[in-house]
Amino acid sequence: MHIPFTLQFINLLAALLLLVSFAMLAQRRILSLVNLFAWQGALLALSTFIVAYSSNQHHLYYSAGLTLLLKVLLLPWLLHRLMRKLNVRWDVETLINIPTTMLFGIALVIFAFNLAAPISQLAEGITRGLIGIALACVLLSLLMMLTRRKAVTQVVAFLSLENGLFFAATSATQGMPLVVELGIALDVLVATFIFGIFFFQIRETFDSLDIGHMEKLKDD
Amino acid sequence: MIDLQLLALLLIPLLGGGLLAVFGSRSWAAELNSLMSFLTFAASVVLTVRVIDSGPQVAFSEQFFIDQFNVFLVALTAFVAFTTSLFSRPYMRIEQHHGKLTTGMLHLYYSMYQLFTFAMLIALTTNNMGIVWVAMEAATLTTVLLVSLYRTPASLEAAWKYFILCGVGIALALFGTILLYFAAERVLGQGGTALLWTHLNDVKGELEPTVLKLAFIFLLVGYGTKVGLVPLHSWLPDAHAEGPTPVSAVLSGLLLNVALCAVVRSKVLVDGSLGNHFAGNLMMGFGLLSVLVASFSLFRQKDIKRMFAYSSIEHMGLITFAFGMGGPVATFAGMLHMTVHSLTKSAIFFAVGHAVQKVGTQQMDSIRGMLQVSPTVGWGLALGTFAILGMPPFGVFASEFLIITTAMHEYPWATPILLVSLGVAFAAIFGKMQPIVFGETTAKPLPHPPALVPVFVHLLLVLMLGLYMPPYLADWYRQAAALLG
Repeated sequence: MHIPFTLQFINLLAALLLLVSFAMLAQRRILSLVNLFAWQGALLALSTFIVAYSSNQHHLYYSAGLTLLLKVLLLPWLLHRLMRKLNVRWDVETLINIPTTMLFGIALVIFAFNLAAPISQLAEGITRGLIGIALACVLLSLLMMLTRRKAVTQVVAFLSLENGLFFAATSATQGMPLVVELGIALDVLVATFIFGIFFFQIRETFDSLDIGHMEKLKDD
Repeated sequence: MIDLQLLALLLIPLLGGGLLAVFGSRSWAAELNSLMSFLTFAASVVLTVRVIDSGPQVAFSEQFFIDQFNVFLVALTAFVAFTTSLFSRPYMRIEQHHGKLTTGMLHLYYSMYQLFTFAMLIALTTNNMGIVWVAMEAATLTTVLLVSLYRTPASLEAAWKYFILCGVGIALALFGTILLYFAAERVLGQGGTALLWTHLNDVKGELEPTVLKLAFIFLLVGYGTKVGLVPLHSWLPDAHAEGPTPVSAVLSGLLLNVALCAVVRSKVLVDGSLGNHFAGNLMMGFGLLSVLVASFSLFRQKDIKRMFAYSSIEHMGLITFAFGMGGPVATFAGMLHMTVHSLTKSAIFFAVGHAVQKVGTQQMDSIRGMLQVSPTVGWGLALGTFAILGMPPFGVFASEFLIITTAMHEYPWATPILLVSLGVAFAAIFGKMQPIVFGETTAKPLPHPPALVPVFVHLLLVLMLGLYMPPYLADWYRQAAALLG
């Protein structure tokens, strides 16, 4: 079967995206984590661009540009700035050790592929089979959120979760309508700002960004 | 055409948010907040009358869609947002007097209050399932800083939990929306119309069932987190207990309804596509579990706002169960229960807010004899408790009665679970509220007179809905129930 070049390229990018997700899961340093997040954004922008080129969907070019601007430049810059101000560069402690987390991650990927199998059968053209990878990225980000203790890491995980969703939208459906995508981008941007405000409030109150301090509210 | 009315409804709170962002620290900000909320309510009344007269309509090149179902929620939302703004005027001043809030915090509160109303109204009126998602996320973003308004360690923890859990939940809902679009695109083609609910509803029989099944699971889990369905509810009691009371009132009375509206809209599509009762069954399951878990959790509560937050989970579970059953009677009962629960629960939060201000603590052991301190607060609490527990002749009794009799008829196995849960909830809440209302007091007087008119207006409406349902209202609900099927 002849597979067009663009499809091969998108498949390659999807594999790289999954690889970056795993790298983030294994990463202990917050600084490198943000850099990996920027790489994830770059891969996302590139794959969106290629989908736009091969399917001739003009609005996807805007999406690709928006991704580049927001996720490769603006958000990593904001996060770096925040970390400089808050002086959090130290290593991240995880709740479960890294090798165990990776094993969980592999199980999640298999689960995601199984879940997405009936849908992938329906996909046409260049997008077949990418939903599984997108879902796997989403689940890996969720796992990262569950296993990390630092507030900053949880936010990076939240943003990378959004990256996985965006990849699902572009790869599986060739992009949501532009108005929806703009709305989502705005929400993510505002959310990041609010996270930033939160960091300061949390540090002011608890003298630390470790969310272990925030497990006081219980039913009793 | 309803373009003008709709535009007014949406622009007034947006304008209010802008004005209060500028003038929020002035001494008359509270009055401006109430005025903007009143104008929003007036616009919603005009819109409601138009829609009831002339049926479901689309506006602004089909981007908005109003039918009897969502216009009922629009009217309810605007009304409770207005009465809550009346309540919050003296309440927040007393908090400021007690030194809990600064002018800067109030500034944030007022402008976010209006933007929150705006986000909820967009989520209700939009026809685009993608914009529903955007607006729901915006509703979280506008309230998260309000939950942490007091800047206490507990309120920060509650807000962080709210933000992360609802953020993750709603991200899953986005995945569900993407899957929905994926299925729709194959029928409706690329571009703008494939996410419009009216178009999806027209072709729901042709949508790919396997995809929609998976999409609904993601949508239910996602929006269900915001509804507060068990086991995704853990943010809700914290956020309600630690945020300022007016915020608890609007979260509990309004936001949960709006999220449930999104679930119901998705359910209509999915069950239409599958041709069976898959989505309905899932909703019934989650609903029953929520009712059961929440009512048994009521016993363990020591904080009064936490207890009523669990009661909200219980009632949302009941409403989800009713919509899950489907059919004209159950849907009618679900809508009625949404109305009476919103009115009663916000009234209770108003009364609780003033009671807590008098005593200075939310611990139920320390709140005693409110009837002695202030007959109005005491009676507000007593009547509100009776109403929320489903005592006749209040409206909650009527809707719960309808839900349970329908369940007996259609799903007999569910009836004992419902009855036991309601019984347990009754015992728990009644047992805890009795000494709070009666008994000896330790409270101190307030620096500003409390606003209790909204409490009694709400309870009076609930009483009226229990005793006599005006025919046009019954007609309206019936039409809406018929639309949802």
